[in-house]
Amino acid sequence: MWEYTDKVKDHFMHPRNVGELKDANAIGETGSLNCGDALKLFLKVDENERIVDASFMTFGCASAVASSSALTEIIKGMTLDEAAKVTNGDIADYLGGLPKEKMHCSVMGKSALQKAIADYRGIQIMEKPGEMVCECFEVTDLEIIEAVKANGLETTEDVTNYLKAGGGCGKCLGRIEEVIASVKAEG
Amino acid sequence: MNVIYTDNNATTRVADEVIEEMLPFFGGFYGNPSSMHTFGDRVGKKIRQARQKVADLIHADPDEIIFTSCGTESDNSAIFSALNAHPDKKRIITSNVEHPAILNLFKYLRDKKGYDVVLVPVDKKGHLNLDLLYDSLSDDTAIVSLMWANNETGVIFPIPEIAEKVTEKGILFHTDAVQAAGKIPIDVKDAHVDMLSLSGHKIHAPKGIGVLYVKKGIKFFPYLIGGHQEKGRRGGTENTVSIIGLGKACELAAQQLPIMNTQVKELRDYLQNQLLEKIPSVSVNGDLENRLPNTLSIGFDAVEGESILLMLDKEGICASSGSACTSGSLDPSHVLMAMEVPFKSAHGTIRFSLSHYNTKEEMDHIVKTMVPAIETLRAMSPFWKDGKLV
Ligand SMILES: Cc1ncc(COP(=O)(O)O)c(C=O)c1O
Ligand code: FES
Repeated sequence: MWEYTDKVKDHFMHPRNVGELKDANAIGETGSLNCGDALKLFLKVDENERIVDASFMTFGCASAVASSSALTEIIKGMTLDEAAKVTNGDIADYLGGLPKEKMHCSVMGKSALQKAIADYRGIQIMEKPGEMVCECFEVTDLEIIEAVKANGLETTEDVTNYLKAGGGCGKCLGRIEEVIASVKAEG
Repeated sequence: MNVIYTDNNATTRVADEVIEEMLPFFGGFYGNPSSMHTFGDRVGKKIRQARQKVADLIHADPDEIIFTSCGTESDNSAIFSALNAHPDKKRIITSNVEHPAILNLFKYLRDKKGYDVVLVPVDKKGHLNLDLLYDSLSDDTAIVSLMWANNETGVIFPIPEIAEKVTEKGILFHTDAVQAAGKIPIDVKDAHVDMLSLSGHKIHAPKGIGVLYVKKGIKFFPYLIGGHQEKGRRGGTENTVSIIGLGKACELAAQQLPIMNTQVKELRDYLQNQLLEKIPSVSVNGDLENRLPNTLSIGFDAVEGESILLMLDKEGICASSGSACTSGSLDPSHVLMAMEVPFKSAHGTIRFSLSHYNTKEEMDHIVKTMVPAIETLRAMSPFWKDGKLV
C-alpha cells in the first residue's frame, strides 16, 4: 500500500470540484487511457483573467485524483498569470507531499493547467518542441532536461517517477540516460 | 471492521489446524532434528511425517522432497541446478507470463550471463503458444520452466502434455506449481515433470517455507551448500516449525481439493456473474474454462485499479490490482500486456482470489461495494460518458 498523507486520502475520498463545468471557457487535457492516467481540467475565467471556477475529470490512481482536486482548489480565485506560476511542487505540497513514485500525478496537473491557460488565450500549443524521446508517453528531451534541472533528478528511475518516460516499453531508457548525462555534463 | 479476504493468490491465512500443529515446536520441542538424542529426534520424526504428507499431495516419494525457504528459492534452485548439470547448454526456455521468481531470473541469466533466453508468448486467453514452444526446443536447451497456473489470471497451462514432449527430447522440465497446489490435482508421476516448486504460504501454511520436488534420478546441484540436511541438497538447519506446519497444510489441502472445485468455484462464479450482470463494460481476463477455481481477474473499463482497491479497502475488502503501479510505471502487469488485454480494461483490472474461508455473504458485500465504487470513479473519469466508454 502506498503511504498517502491524510490530505491525499481525503482529496481522493472526497474530491473537490469533480465533473464537467458547464460554462467553462478554458479546457486543458493531458494524459491518455493508455498511459494509465489522464486529466481534463475545466476553467471559468472572467474578463479580468481571474479563475472564478474550476473543475476536473480524472482517470487514474488515488494520487492522480487527489492532485487534480488540489489543483482546482489552489487555482480558484487566481489570475491566469498567477496560476501559470503554480508548479507541480505546489500541488504536492498542498497535499502534504506525494510518494516519490507518484510525482508524475502532480506533473500531470501542471501540464493540464498550462494547456487550459493556452486554450483561454487562444494560443495554439505547438507540437511539442524538442526531440521525442519516449513514444509511449510522448515525452521530449526538452521536457526531460527541464524536469531534471528543476527537481534535481539523478537516475532514469527518477525521470520515470516524474514524467513516466521510460515506464512503458522501456526502449527509450538508454536515450533518457544520455539526456541526464548531458545535463550533468553542463553542470 | 471485518476483513473480507479475497487475496489468496498473494498469500493465505494460516489454518488453525496448522497453527495448532506448529505451536509445540516453537516452545518446548526445540531440538535439532539431526541430533542423535531422542529429544532432537522428536522433531526429526515430525519432519519425516511432514515430508510424507507433502509428497502425498503431489504423488511423489518423500525422498524427492527438498524443503527450501520459499517458492522463489525453489524456482532459483531448480534453474541453477539445471545450468550446473549442463554447463555446455546455453538455451533456457520459459513463458512471458511467469512470476518474477522465474522471469527476472531468466532476464538476469540473459543480460549478465549470456544465456539464450526464449520467452514463449501467450495468446489473448492466456494460453501458451505450443507450436513456438516446441519449435524452440534444441539440443542446446538446458531447461524448460513453465508455471502450472498463473498467479494473476489463474490460467492453467497443460503441464503434463508439455512436460511429456519436452522430457521425451531429453530436456529437463521444471514447473512452478506455487499457484496450482491445493487448487487443482497434481500428480508428478503422471505429469513427467523433473522438478516442481511449491510455496507454503499459498496453501495456508506460514510464509518463508517452500518445497522443491526433484524426481529420482535427476542429478541435483545444491544451491545452498552446507551441512548434510536434506541429504546434502540444501544446507542449513531446517525451519522445523514451518516444515511441520506445511505438512499439516498439505494434508488439509488434499482433503479440501474437492471443496475448491465445487464450493469455492461456485462462489467465484457467483461473484463473477454478479459483477458482470450489475456493472456495464466489464470483462474477465483469461480463459474461463482452463482456470484455477478460485481466481477472478476482471477489468472495469475507464477506471484505474488502485482507485478501486482503495474504495474496497475502505470496506475492509482485500484484493489486488492488475497493474504494477510501482516505480512510476503505470503500466498494466506484464501478464495482461502479454495477453494483449486492451489498456481500457487492463488499467482497471482487479484480481479476486478466494479460499474455502470465504462465504456467499462476503461475495454479496463485495458486489454491493463494487457497484457504487465503479459508478463514482466513472463519474469522475474523462473516458466515461452517458453510460459508456468514450
Ligand atoms: C507463481 C508463483 N511463483 C512463485 C511465487 C513466489 O513464492 P514465495 O513468495 O514463497 O517466494 C509466487 C508467489 O508470490 C507465485 O505466485
Ligand atoms: S518509448 Fe519510452 S517507455 Fe516506451
